[in-house]
Amino acid sequence: MHTYKLTVNGQTRQVTADPGTPLLWVLREDLKMTGTKYGCGISACGACTVHLGGVATRSCVVPVSLVGDRPIVTIEGVGEDRVGRAVQDAWVAEDVVQCGYCQSGQIMSAVALLKSRRKPTDEDIEESMGGNICRCGTYVRIRKAIKTAAQQLA
Amino acid sequence: MSATTTLRSESSLSRRSFLRVSATAAGGLIVALYFDFPAQAQAPQPKIYPPDAFVHIQRDGKIVIQVNRLEFGQGVQTSLPMVLADEMDANWAHVAAELAPAADVYKDPVFGIQMVGGSGSIAHSFQQYRELGAKTRAMLIAAAAQQWKVSTAQCRTEASVVYGPGGQSAKYGELADAAAHMPVPENVPLKKASEFKLIGKDTRRLDGRPKCDGSMKFGLDLDLPGMKVAVVAHPPIFGGRPKSIDDKAARGIPGVMDVFEIPTTSRGTAVVVVADKFWTAKQARDRLSIDWDFSGVEPADSEQLRAKYKELAATPGNVAVTRGDLSVLNSISATNRIEADYEFPYLAHTPMEPLNTTIRFDGDHAEVWAGSQFQTVDQMAIAETLGLKPEQVTFHTEMAGGGFGRRATPDSHVQREAASIAKRYKGIPVKLIWTREDDVQGGYYRPMFAHRIEIGIGGDGMPSAWRHVIVGQSLVAGTPFAAMLIKNGVDETAVEGAADNPYEIPNFTVTAHHPTPNVPVLWWRSVGHTHTAFVMETLVDELASRAGADPIAYRRKLLKPDEKRMRGVLDLMNEKSASWRNHLPEGHAAGVACHECFGTNVACAVDVSIENKRPKIHRVTIALDCGTAVNPLTIESQFQAGVSFGVSQLMAKGAITFKNGHAEQNNFDGYTPPYIIDAPVAVDVHIVPSTEGPSGCGEPPVPVISPAVVNALFRLTGKRYRTLPLVSL
Amino acid sequence: MVYSDTAFRGSSAVLILLACVAWSSTLSRAQGTSQKAASTRPEAGLAAWQQIYSVLTTPRCINCHTATNYPEQGDDRHRHLFNVVRGPEGKGVPGLNCATCHQSANADSTGVPGANNWHLAPLAMKWQDTNDNILSSAAVCQSLTDRSKNGSLDGPGILRHHEQEPLVLWSFQPGRRRDGTARSLPPLTHEQFVAATRTWVDAGMPCPQNP
Repeated sequence: MHTYKLTVNGQTRQVTADPGTPLLWVLREDLKMTGTKYGCGISACGACTVHLGGVATRSCVVPVSLVGDRPIVTIEGVGEDRVGRAVQDAWVAEDVVQCGYCQSGQIMSAVALLKSRRKPTDEDIEESMGGNICRCGTYVRIRKAIKTAAQQLA
Repeated sequence: MSATTTLRSESSLSRRSFLRVSATAAGGLIVALYFDFPAQAQAPQPKIYPPDAFVHIQRDGKIVIQVNRLEFGQGVQTSLPMVLADEMDANWAHVAAELAPAADVYKDPVFGIQMVGGSGSIAHSFQQYRELGAKTRAMLIAAAAQQWKVSTAQCRTEASVVYGPGGQSAKYGELADAAAHMPVPENVPLKKASEFKLIGKDTRRLDGRPKCDGSMKFGLDLDLPGMKVAVVAHPPIFGGRPKSIDDKAARGIPGVMDVFEIPTTSRGTAVVVVADKFWTAKQARDRLSIDWDFSGVEPADSEQLRAKYKELAATPGNVAVTRGDLSVLNSISATNRIEADYEFPYLAHTPMEPLNTTIRFDGDHAEVWAGSQFQTVDQMAIAETLGLKPEQVTFHTEMAGGGFGRRATPDSHVQREAASIAKRYKGIPVKLIWTREDDVQGGYYRPMFAHRIEIGIGGDGMPSAWRHVIVGQSLVAGTPFAAMLIKNGVDETAVEGAADNPYEIPNFTVTAHHPTPNVPVLWWRSVGHTHTAFVMETLVDELASRAGADPIAYRRKLLKPDEKRMRGVLDLMNEKSASWRNHLPEGHAAGVACHECFGTNVACAVDVSIENKRPKIHRVTIALDCGTAVNPLTIESQFQAGVSFGVSQLMAKGAITFKNGHAEQNNFDGYTPPYIIDAPVAVDVHIVPSTEGPSGCGEPPVPVISPAVVNALFRLTGKRYRTLPLVSL
Repeated sequence: MVYSDTAFRGSSAVLILLACVAWSSTLSRAQGTSQKAASTRPEAGLAAWQQIYSVLTTPRCINCHTATNYPEQGDDRHRHLFNVVRGPEGKGVPGLNCATCHQSANADSTGVPGANNWHLAPLAMKWQDTNDNILSSAAVCQSLTDRSKNGSLDGPGILRHHEQEPLVLWSFQPGRRRDGTARSLPPLTHEQFVAATRTWVDAGMPCPQNP
């Protein structure tokens, strides 16, 4: 067991955990932040996506020992940012969600895309969102919402 | 404590309705409605219902509506409240919704148990929620009229306000206490469709924002003081049991509380690890060294089953339906016959939220939190496991991350596991989590199926004779649902969509075999239609092709004369897609399919090309008839997303295969659902206007997409695809 | 031109002539500058190259030296799952970067390999064709020694790359898979790999002929 100082959504948090514990479970169980979801544990689905040092990261495969001092942003905090807010608003305006379980991860991936490409093409969207699974299948509206958010941010 | 006024209709052994109205200590009106079906007419006393039954109007005007079934993506948490709020003339901005706990009053009016499935959310509770809303409104008016000393007929309502004839007005929140003391009307008129303010209007989901900001709590997110986490090591072959367990390494991990065995329903005996956190429990389970005993347990094998099923499909089974004279087949020459064998694999549901249940057992009571599609059944199973009566089990319905049928298990196997575990930890809540690997390997699949069809084509190009054999496990044999769904040895869920198909085929027979390999099976979104629609719609397409006919015109002609609604959706689909179907770019082809299930007729056209050796679906045009469309926005979502879900059946890695008794796949790397590139790019949805009673939209999108895509592929490759999934084109 | 002061006679001279013609004039070759160059025989150099090639073409290395829009993974070198793509700089795309999963060290508890700056080798450094077939020893050697393709490395530069580059070092300590088993290793240790590289560089980085 080690003690780690993590910066999460701008706040310093301290946790004691086994070094191999994935960041996902530290967030969910030690910090009680359950917005980041467990979908597969093998980085196949993206439900666990956070931003780590500004990079969209699948927290289910990153042991807490490798986080270091890189700031973490989760779904609970991404709305503080202009791009994050635009994406969440677009998701609501376009009524994207069904069961909603995958959507934290979808939004975190979409925010990463829009922070990097203000006018993503269909191909950009397919590539950047290509690793996020939505079992309900809300992909058609995800595409639309990303374009809506891009328009809002333009 | 609450003051209760009960009103009854005429007492009789036939159907009675009870409307229980209570005023709470905190103020407000609570309305409950209970249907007493003949089967339960023997019950001596009406049961005590939980205080907040369906509608709670708070003094500040907020209206909380209880939803009598699980929300797991289908949007019922918004659409049923819309129905109630419309009849109530409530201000939609004041409405909040909650998922009701398990209780008799929340039973599905048609099925008599609290459940969601069969695309029945709106279809079964539409009338019920309308009546609840109308009666609540009537009591609010009565309260206002009494205060103003006017007649109720002189009052009207709008957006949570009652207006009197002399300019008086009162908000619902202000009237709630008084309304609670009004007599409950037995019959109230319902709105005419032209009067609907909410029903029929695009309405965004009530749970949209919380699902976008991380605040929505799902079952897996539950956190309670002192809670422990359990994971289970299941026998690799269903029905196995441990011979010996070496748990030294597991117990050595700090935070591990215990390792012990529990019985499981179809799977013999399993080994449980309980720890303070999930990761600890999972690590410990990975370090268990278990020697399994599989004696007497049959190890299922997909290759063996394929061969066996094909053999069975060549022989007649139990009759599901038969008409005419199939011997005419013998006199039809080979050139006018089609003989086709179809194969379908096991499918896993893999809802995004892995299965989980939290239970705290207190000795004479238990509290459960679960995202369950089957609350009544699960509550009973948990009670049985804990030695309690169902009414001693408080059962909270949690928001669920998908289900597709997986959360409706007649044997309540996950709940029974959770209860067996919680029983050992009196007073301590224990959360059972199934990992994704547990889920993919854990059984309860859409069964494997084989079909064999022989068709004799008449001189007019129409099928004159059709012999159809279906081979696959029965879903309900051995469950309480068997009596309802098995007739003449045929499980209706295996033949639906084929036996009752809408086409005019004079000499027609469907028979079925139900083998019993050692694999637990379950309904998978649209159930029998997942495979029967594929068979029907690809064969009808082939018939159209051979007749040199347009596939839509051929279907119109082949449909039975009274299939008006199916013709209606075909026509609407045709109208909305003709322009793009007739102007496809090079390398694209169109495919069509139509199918009815759970009361809803659907027709679709797809635009498909082949990219990187996979079908690329550029566009889907869908026409549907679901009767009254309560929330067109939700319906559009259900169909856009539902066809994307349906593409699961075509995915190259979209099969669960068995070897040595267990699934060869264990996570999304081996069993892969559609990602964004696999799903249709654009889907336009068109609803046939209707004032008929509503039918469901949960499952109807699924059956049509696979045959439509495969029909398009035929035009691109010249191949007929009769084995799913599409491993290669 | 290619091999400075070693004498070739007879048919070897013809071969060399052909080899010179085969290499395009845009090629620039690094010269071994070590004092040992004169004494390291070309046969030893070629043999060392074969050893190097045997490492480069193991899954741990070649999985990221693809000619395609995607990396490979696993000993069976299947296309990397989850629709991961190369991206404009070989680092994936926003939302699905290499760094989305791969950290600066192996994550044995979750089975994801890692090293500093995990990314795909540029297309200029592809060692496979677009059908994922491994290129010949001659083709890979040519690629490696072409300064317009190899990041402008000379012999000592290549040696340093093999000695110090984190992704190269990673190949020899590739961590554990999700099921706890160790990933398979290249046929040489890192020390042997570096030694072979040194021998080969000292020999003037000879490449085998095209078969």
